Amino acid sequence: MTVELSRADLVRVASLARLKLTDAELDSLTDQLRKLLNYVEMLNEVDIENVDPMPHAADMVNVLREDVVAESLPRKAALANAPKTDGQFFLVPKILEEN
Amino acid sequence: MTTRFASVDELLRQLDEGTLTSTELTESCLSLIRDHDSQTNAFLRSDADAALQQAAAVDADRKAGRPVGPLAGIPVALKDVLCTKGTPTTCGSRMLENFVPPYDATVVRRLRDAGCVFVGKTNMDEFAMGSSNENSAFGPVRNPWNLQCSPGGSSGGSAVAVAAGYSPLAVGSDTGGSIRQPASFCGVVGMKPTYGRVSRYGLVAYASSLDQIGPFAGDVRGAARLLQAMAGHDPADSTSVDQPVPDFLAEIDQPFSSLTIGSVPEYYIEGLDDDVREATEKAIDVFRSLGATVRDVSLPHARYAVATYYVIGPAEASSNLARYDGIHYGHRADDFENMIDLYAASRGEAFGAEVKRRIMIGTYTLSAGYYDAYYLKALKVRRLIRQDFDAAFGEVDLIVGPVVPTPAFGIGELINDPLAMYLSDYYTIPLNLAGLPGISIPAGQAASGLPIGLQLIGPAFEEARLLRAARMFETATDWHSLRPAFAQ
Repeated sequence: MTVELSRADLVRVASLARLKLTDAELDSLTDQLRKLLNYVEMLNEVDIENVDPMPHAADMVNVLREDVVAESLPRKAALANAPKTDGQFFLVPKILEEN
Repeated sequence: MTTRFASVDELLRQLDEGTLTSTELTESCLSLIRDHDSQTNAFLRSDADAALQQAAAVDADRKAGRPVGPLAGIPVALKDVLCTKGTPTTCGSRMLENFVPPYDATVVRRLRDAGCVFVGKTNMDEFAMGSSNENSAFGPVRNPWNLQCSPGGSSGGSAVAVAAGYSPLAVGSDTGGSIRQPASFCGVVGMKPTYGRVSRYGLVAYASSLDQIGPFAGDVRGAARLLQAMAGHDPADSTSVDQPVPDFLAEIDQPFSSLTIGSVPEYYIEGLDDDVREATEKAIDVFRSLGATVRDVSLPHARYAVATYYVIGPAEASSNLARYDGIHYGHRADDFENMIDLYAASRGEAFGAEVKRRIMIGTYTLSAGYYDAYYLKALKVRRLIRQDFDAAFGEVDLIVGPVVPTPAFGIGELINDPLAMYLSDYYTIPLNLAGLPGISIPAGQAASGLPIGLQLIGPAFEEARLLRAARMFETATDWHSLRPAFAQ
């Protein structure tokens, strides 16, 4: 089976990934992803009937800790790497239109 | 005496005896980096003042007879994926070009406490995605054995820091082979510990269920010492395992009187370079001559590991890298139309080709309608890969095989063929999927003069067994003593 993957699919995925791509990038990625997904098709040969998925290599669930108050990052340090702040908050473009 | 390429044991002995100071040792490393690294590009940053301050503090402690840490005064290079408080941490990306972490990664804190001197942050494939170091936004790293060749990746800078003699120790991270593959290409020791052995807190995430931090060194004892200083449970990383860390040095020099090693027939694939095949067979003979029993074990699902990895790794990456939004930290585009466009433009401008490729693969395989066909299926095959190892370790103490199918390839040779590049991680990826420890040790030399590594694979949390077997091999061979002409 060959994987069908169109340029339109790539445009949709790029939008989901919040990734602005150039036309040239979309072209080469369409070709590269198609090749890779065709390679991944080999997984269809494997009998996975009654096999549990393994999301993690560590056999642990629900690692709990005491709920205690600890020191947190000072505001100044938390904002220090932000491209745009007013000294108190991260600044983002306006989301709601006026009127 | 020259300290370049001296073992960590030797350096510690001299530091303790007072015939060497950490200031002298650190100055020597810094000047080697300054004089030679323009040719290899292993370091993104080397802060001489800060390093010499750390060294002077250790020297003062020693002189005053105050207790010092187990690696007091030893220079260490850190892959630039580890957060260092107050020192830029770029991950080889334009996205984080100006990022200065407000905290230290747990391993960085532990190494500070152990008395290490940080001689610099090393170059890497962007966000640890790559097998050649060509994906760095700050230029490729070059292999000291042949400057036209890749040092491997993604921890290529750390491998070269040790291989070129710039630093006796370096730290890397390994998600699909990113420590072991460059160790093999550069002729040094590199180890990926068991998943959960070393805290990932402050390691910038690529694929969280696969990432693990590990050591590079010129010899097995050096790697053991560095792992010892980094390993252990950390409440800040809930996937770090809460169990005691054994003393890796305690029995490292006692050869196993009885050892059964597994050889994997499935490893001898088409595409395995003749020199690598021969070096692997000879290495297995060395173990045989040391009294080991060799037995074939089967890993029938090993051939599906690369396909499995390129579903799971990118899926996790697409989720992890969603944090780069142009708002909290990292690059922000100047021109955008609205909020969504700000995200997309910032990410489109600052991520390189390989990172974009993996985000796209991961977003695709996780998107509606494809989850079962790709991600869920890959997680099931992942379990079968792990079960193969579990069955094999019922019969043998450890598995021995190649690290990479070939010696180092040329810079530019594979970069336009992503699938061929991905296949260079054929032997290393299964361990990340299964969470198992593996070590690459120097074990041969190709006709071209390039080094060849040997991979030892052990059951979970059996790093001590791996190090001891690796040390056994190292004591019986001279491959770890070879130096590139570049460094002579």
